Amino acid sequence: MTETKIDIRELNLWYGSFLALKNVNLSVPPRLITALIGPSGCGKSTLLRALNRMNDLIPGVRITGTVLLDGENIYGGALRVDRLRKRVGMVFQRPNPFPLSIFDNVVYGLKVAGVHNRGILRDTAEKCLRGAWLWDNVKDKLHHDALELPLDQQQRLCVARLLAVEPEVILMDEPCSALDPIATAKIEELMAVLKKDYTIVIVTHNMQQAARVSDFSGCMLLGEMIEFNDTQTMFTHPGDKRTEDYITGRYG
Amino acid sequence: MIRIGEKTVQRLLMAAAFSAIGGLLLIALFIFKEGLSFFIETGFRRFLFADVWDPQSGLYGIFPMLVASLWVTLGAMLLGAPLGISVAVFLVEFVPRSVMRVVKPTIELLAGIPSVVYGFIGVMVLAPFIRSTFGGPGLSLLAASFILGVMILPTIISISVDAITAVPASYREGSFALGATRWQTVRMVVLKAARSGIIASVILGMGRAVGETMAVIMVAGNAVKIPHSALDSVRTLTANIALEMGYATGRHREALFATGIVLFVVIMILNTAAGVMVRKRVSGKKG
Ligand SMILES: Nc1ncnc2c1ncn2[C@@H]1O[C@H](COP(=O)(O)OP(=O)(O)OP(=O)(O)O)[C@@H](O)[C@H]1O
Ligand SMILES: [Mg+2]
Repeated sequence: MTETKIDIRELNLWYGSFLALKNVNLSVPPRLITALIGPSGCGKSTLLRALNRMNDLIPGVRITGTVLLDGENIYGGALRVDRLRKRVGMVFQRPNPFPLSIFDNVVYGLKVAGVHNRGILRDTAEKCLRGAWLWDNVKDKLHHDALELPLDQQQRLCVARLLAVEPEVILMDEPCSALDPIATAKIEELMAVLKKDYTIVIVTHNMQQAARVSDFSGCMLLGEMIEFNDTQTMFTHPGDKRTEDYITGRYG
Repeated sequence: MIRIGEKTVQRLLMAAAFSAIGGLLLIALFIFKEGLSFFIETGFRRFLFADVWDPQSGLYGIFPMLVASLWVTLGAMLLGAPLGISVAVFLVEFVPRSVMRVVKPTIELLAGIPSVVYGFIGVMVLAPFIRSTFGGPGLSLLAASFILGVMILPTIISISVDAITAVPASYREGSFALGATRWQTVRMVVLKAARSGIIASVILGMGRAVGETMAVIMVAGNAVKIPHSALDSVRTLTANIALEMGYATGRHREALFATGIVLFVVIMILNTAAGVMVRKRVSGKKG
């Protein structure tokens, strides 16, 4: 692991006076899947949301330390937040397509970026829907309300609309927790394909999922990153007793 | 013991509710009883679209008033809707919640100011301003539209704020996560998600504008003629009823009640439309 896409250094984050991330260090390798695991409330979502500055939206959040994206500090002030979020996109726990048509959902990011050429929009929509394996499901009803889709298709629509802005990094916060096992398998397969082009960071509660899909894993506990290693090693020879306890199910 | 107490309270409340609803029904019945026969005898078209209102000669055409009401309401909407919706967006999206918790009730309080006060301000400030700036009598269609536009702001703002606040946070997050700015998020997602609630607020505001009487009488000038410019003096349907009911008898009186029926139906249609919109929003959120 020589290359680094995102380098997190000595990151601390407070919600008001509550310290939710404690001196977190982590190097996310490019074009691989990195999983964040750990018991509920340990700060996985918080860490993930620190990577595209979604925590900025929460009043009372204070952050110290640096997060380098390709060597540039995203908290340094030189990188505009909206530009950052175009490079580091996010898929949420509950599918959250906009109450617009399927088509308008996919091209949303393009319109935000000022692209209005109908041809480009149409081509991108098809490309991204194919990329998220949704094209065959929706090609005949592109102008239907996105909220009519079943949940797993909604989630893939959220992936598709993300692909449209051509991010470099995709953050996923428990993207399958609202889905059944079959839908989950589809999303996992999709992730395996996406990692050829994108750096993926995924938060999951599901040990099997982390073991199945990820190349590297970080285990968190009470706001600290207690272990980070390649997934194989982490799950077979955990270096930290607490990691072992968590993986084998001795925490919540 | 407690159970019996509760039952009694329940019955009392029920009685109160039914007497209120019953009272409203009686009023509606009364209006229809007084006006309907006139309406039928004169005929729909001769009543609504004849343009001479001259009770002395037995001519009862409400077309000039109908046109005046229409224009005054339209003018009020032109001012009130964009302004009210903008204020609502601003309050929800760009003002801290703590400030909004103070500002919104204050705005809602404005709805409680008696309309005669609005009319008074219109007569003292607005009409002279219009007269000296644009000419004409001052008391005019423009003045009435402006005053009504201001009067319906609380309705539009308050209901729009509720609609915009009800937009799930996940839509906003999803939009921000795609690199949208706050303004883009508002324009492209929030307003669309809150659309039916906002439309409902505009329709309810329109209902208020159509029905308002006192402020309009004070600032509109009340000349019975079809207006040719915004600076002309006009008389609305409501103003006509209020101004003439005091001395009207016989056919004249019936004609005024028939005018009441027209207003009644218009307001019913507007309120039903608003209700449909609100219900659509609720069911849309579930989906
Ligand atoms: N907006 C907030 N304000 C205050 N405290 C918060 C906020 N969001 C999270 N926290 C706290 O920060 C800690 C970490 O929360 P976070 O959501 O990152 O945990 P998590 O690991 O994602 O948990 P889960 O697995 O349940 O999703 C928790 O103790 C939580 O209570
Ligand atoms: Mg979480």
